[in-house]
Amino acid sequence: MTTQLPPGMHLETVDDKIMTLNVGPQHPGSGHMRLIIKVDGDYIVSCDPDPGYVHRGEEKMAEYRNYIQNIPHLERPVIHDSSNILYPYCLGVEELLGIEVPERAKYIRVIAAELNRCIYILYWLAIYGIFLGHSTMFMWPAGDRELFIDLLEAMSGARVTHAYLVPGGVRNDLPSNFEERCLRQVEYFEKRLKEYEAIFYQNPLLKARTEGSGILSRTDAIRLGTTGSVLRASGVDFDVRKKEPYDVYENLDFQTIVMKEGDSYARSRIPYLEMFESCRIIKDALKKMPKSGSVRTKLKPNPKGGNDEVYRRVESGRGAIGYYIVSNNRPEPYRVKISVGSFRNLICMPYLLKGEKLGNMPAVYWGLNYWPVEADR
Amino acid sequence: MSSGTDKDVEVKDTTEEHSDNSENAKSDSMSKDEAKKFYEEKGLDLSPDVPVKPKPIPAFEKSLADKISSKFGDKIRVDYIRSDRIRVTTKREDIVDVAKFIRDELKYDHAESVSGVDYPDSSEIEVIYHLGSYTDEKLGRQIFALATRVPREDVPNPGSDATRTPSLRDVFYSVEFHERECFEMFGVYFEGHPDMRRLLLPEDWADIPPFRKDFKIKGR
Repeated sequence: MTTQLPPGMHLETVDDKIMTLNVGPQHPGSGHMRLIIKVDGDYIVSCDPDPGYVHRGEEKMAEYRNYIQNIPHLERPVIHDSSNILYPYCLGVEELLGIEVPERAKYIRVIAAELNRCIYILYWLAIYGIFLGHSTMFMWPAGDRELFIDLLEAMSGARVTHAYLVPGGVRNDLPSNFEERCLRQVEYFEKRLKEYEAIFYQNPLLKARTEGSGILSRTDAIRLGTTGSVLRASGVDFDVRKKEPYDVYENLDFQTIVMKEGDSYARSRIPYLEMFESCRIIKDALKKMPKSGSVRTKLKPNPKGGNDEVYRRVESGRGAIGYYIVSNNRPEPYRVKISVGSFRNLICMPYLLKGEKLGNMPAVYWGLNYWPVEADR
Repeated sequence: MSSGTDKDVEVKDTTEEHSDNSENAKSDSMSKDEAKKFYEEKGLDLSPDVPVKPKPIPAFEKSLADKISSKFGDKIRVDYIRSDRIRVTTKREDIVDVAKFIRDELKYDHAESVSGVDYPDSSEIEVIYHLGSYTDEKLGRQIFALATRVPREDVPNPGSDATRTPSLRDVFYSVEFHERECFEMFGVYFEGHPDMRRLLLPEDWADIPPFRKDFKIKGR
């Protein structure tokens, strides 16, 4: 048979010894994506990630709406981290339109972003826990997450989809006595977080499954262009908040968490340790924030961006998020490209799963801090 | 290669925009105070009284751009140099050489994103690589945008028409999935990519590449 196949299609050769398994798209262990895994006995010989089941064309939709109308739908790819996915969009639009943000708004945005980061990491930790058979680690983060959800609800009025950050600042000012309430809850959470260590991270079963599995070397982590906790677990000290500080991060006291092991255990531990840093940032920001003042620079209706383009990035719970916005002097952007951490980390999945036992697939997969909806956009 | 947008050196752009605005302000016969207030309300520091100072070109970024211009000369065009951002356009024949130079001499080591931008008016699709560096401490803030333009066909036949460009996968390994996405969404075929299959779109997608401008969202 010499049929010429069109580009993008290929024929597959079948081996009797190798079995092909479809993990997903409905399987709860993969999220809304499919991993086409080939196994030889119990060992994975190859893995082909097949995302796209939750592709919603956010980038295309953004071309049909003006800069303000774009806010609510652009946070949809990852609603648990909605402030962080909106952050680079707001920074980019501000640069395009030449808007200055009031000082108080900058601090409020940082607080919202860090609260959101904790919400996301706790949600991820809950799923990570349950897929490694640790139901306590599902219940605790899912419960403690409510602390931060309540705080963001008080700030923005919505529990999950906040749409709180807008170009020019934030949508509304903090409610009265927010500072004390936030401080109280963050301090309680810090105490609570220490208990996670004993019950989960020092658990011999977790260590036995994750330590030494799916090792990503420093060189490979850089070569594959990974980002976020995956990168920092392989010993690369890179955090956009430190390297390219946006808003007021350079005034705040925190450090980057880096581990050298590069295994699944290190990848799952880094987000946990980062929550302590987030708490430090929130407490420091509450201290340094101006107590009063404007929180939003008003834009004129239907602002136009000029013939220009920007690329802005921030650090989210899953790594760097970059927005590339091209404007052509119209109220709508000409093109919006969202480069998200989950999509960038997807490339190392085939590398890490090769040679692993099939039963270890969830430990490696969820350790990547991968969010299928965000990767698809 | 003709350029579809008015991307020139940035300094020139802002002055043009400014003079436009001040003309508008005059034709609407606003007084100086009114005009100043109007611009302040917009949050823009563009009041006609204040002379525009061209933004200074940052020295470190300039030195990087000079390095690449002295090596390639006419083969590349530096579109802008801003703080932390450089953008360079090149022809697709030269893009692999330029990318190798950026990797080996300028020490950028990974791609953050690969974007396509469709320009149906000039029948071109632009492919932009945003490159960053993890290993070089000085480049932590920097993003290098490397752009090229490929011809665009009105009736696309992805993979079999002239919309193709050399892949940078052998230079920057991290572009692998980004280029696959660009292929399915814009129909740009990356020659030399080892695995040029669809990634996000369904296997049976039979329409034109969906991120092209002539693919319209229903009802809009």
